[in-house]
Amino acid sequence: MNIKSQKDFSAGLMFMGVGAAFAWGATTYNVGSGDRMGPGYFPLMLGILMALVGAVITFKALVIETIDGDKIGKWAWRPLFYIISANVVFGILLAGLRSIHLPAFGLIVAIYALTFIASMAQAGWKFRTTLILATALAVGSYLVFVLALALQFPVWPEFITG
Amino acid sequence: MDLIANLALGFGVAFTPINLLYALVGCLLGTLIGVLPGIGPAATIAMLLPATYALPPVSALIMLAGIYYGSQYGGSTTAILVNLPGESSSVVTCIDGHQMAKKGRAGPALAAAGLGSFFAGCVGTVMIAAFAPALTELAFKFGPAEYFALMTLGLIGAVVLASGSLLKAVGMILLGLLLGLVGTDVNSGVARFSFDVPELTDGIGFVAIAMGIFGYGEIISNLAQREIHREVFTVKVQGLFPTKQDFKDMTPAVLRGTVLGCALGILPGGGALLSAFAAYTIEKKVKGRPGEVPFGQGNIRGVAGPEAANNAGAQASFIPLLTLGIPSNVVMALMVGAMTIHNIQPGPQVMTSNPELFWGLIASMWLGNAMLVILNLPLIGLWIKLLTVPYRFLFPAIVLFCAIGVYSTNNNTWDIWIVGIFGVIGYIFYKIGAEPAPLLLGLILGPMMEENLRRALLLSRGDWSVFVTRPLSASLLAVCALLLVIVLLPSIKKKREEAFIED
Repeated sequence: MNIKSQKDFSAGLMFMGVGAAFAWGATTYNVGSGDRMGPGYFPLMLGILMALVGAVITFKALVIETIDGDKIGKWAWRPLFYIISANVVFGILLAGLRSIHLPAFGLIVAIYALTFIASMAQAGWKFRTTLILATALAVGSYLVFVLALALQFPVWPEFITG
Repeated sequence: MDLIANLALGFGVAFTPINLLYALVGCLLGTLIGVLPGIGPAATIAMLLPATYALPPVSALIMLAGIYYGSQYGGSTTAILVNLPGESSSVVTCIDGHQMAKKGRAGPALAAAGLGSFFAGCVGTVMIAAFAPALTELAFKFGPAEYFALMTLGLIGAVVLASGSLLKAVGMILLGLLLGLVGTDVNSGVARFSFDVPELTDGIGFVAIAMGIFGYGEIISNLAQREIHREVFTVKVQGLFPTKQDFKDMTPAVLRGTVLGCALGILPGGGALLSAFAAYTIEKKVKGRPGEVPFGQGNIRGVAGPEAANNAGAQASFIPLLTLGIPSNVVMALMVGAMTIHNIQPGPQVMTSNPELFWGLIASMWLGNAMLVILNLPLIGLWIKLLTVPYRFLFPAIVLFCAIGVYSTNNNTWDIWIVGIFGVIGYIFYKIGAEPAPLLLGLILGPMMEENLRRALLLSRGDWSVFVTRPLSASLLAVCALLLVIVLLPSIKKKREEAFIED
């Protein structure tokens, strides 16, 4: 049996898996009956429905011919890795990570880190332009978010402010 | 006349300096993100939601609404000058608009888009003001069964009218509904699907999901594509005003587009994108004057019609939100989020309990449209300059604003991790060709649907026939069934696929 549409096949599998997981999870709560619905009733219904929809999509992906096989194509690991890392590093630096006793470095340091890591997502990034961009973003964010909108951030590293 | 008195109240609210300022800020931001390809109104509104905490609710909503319809104006500029849709709803504007620009008629094309949008925006505003009270009265007759039926219609409508695979869209809606149920169940107090994580008992943050999928997901997929060569017509924009003949050609197109946009915008799942597609298809069918430039080679009707339609559609999509509390597209779903942040329960009671908010928002739309014409036509040079900003400066800034915005929703890094996770999920959705917009609608409607289903069945003592014995609910469900039958009919299915592929 050949997969006629790679995209649909994976989408169908995803819906089946996630739907089944939700339905199974829902059975651990009180399901109840129509007139007295428990917390498990609605999610169980939706989960089963979703798994069914997923099954139909998977089936169709195996049967219905497509022109180019609807390939998923290459995964863009580079942007995926750098964008998500930039986000995670920003969070860790901004507020610190208690579980590994990392102190908060504050907004400004976090912005520099985020800008550099995110910029690396694209081939041909340059140190100087990125530095200028990071500085502009840091100054701009400080003016807008900290001074104008008065949002509560740790701005400077903990060991400086004390 | 109630309408006059109501509008007077609205303009009184909208004309205060602070609200004028926020309308202007919204329109500016909207035009900005409209002009820039790669960032849409959904991501922008999600980013700015936390920043509106400090504002009074009216100002916050006025600004967010301005971003939405402002982006419709800005999107056409990019479509005409660069042949890239700045917004998804300007995809069809590229076809004839860019051809006009190539022939040195960028000015008239921009003017046609701007003036057409302005006219449509004015009509749309009046329409909301005229129809909303009537619909609101109808909404008060709704019981839980009717609300459940209406939400089902909204979700079915969203998949039927959206582009792409029908079944996958249904799957995404179900996924959204399920994700919306994560957290503490209001009736039993049971924390569902939260795996003993304290943060999950409050549910997954709506803003975080929207930002992850629409912000990060889109950036990653944009970066994965090769750098598109941008051909910007920077010098040639002169002679902004259309000729007399242009006006003659575009006026009927604008009128048709406006009517179509108003009608389709109200429908669940409708809004700007669908209206623009439909308007272009109709303009192509309508016979023009002899000797007219053919479509696809720079016909001004192909710019004016869809642009009027997308703006009218954008405004009309506020109607179901303001009267029934049901969002009809992603941006409206985000507006629900904005209203709940400010402790306003969207629905028919908004008009009576917060009249200054309701009418102020409507009046601000008219003012905003007037501002947009001024912002977009005389200041066009400024926006063109913006188009020369390379993406490598933009995307780190977007990542940063998402991260800052989501952190400030709860001053908690938890939401930053959630954005990251949904960024990955958003990219997976993109790879497997699953449109994320229905997911967000489901996410907003999930808890509401469960609550109404529960109440309806409690009242009927578990009898499911309540949905078909109550006339309003039965007719709403009949429309759902009809929509599904229509879209599944082979002949229409083919047409629908054609309509969305047409480029």
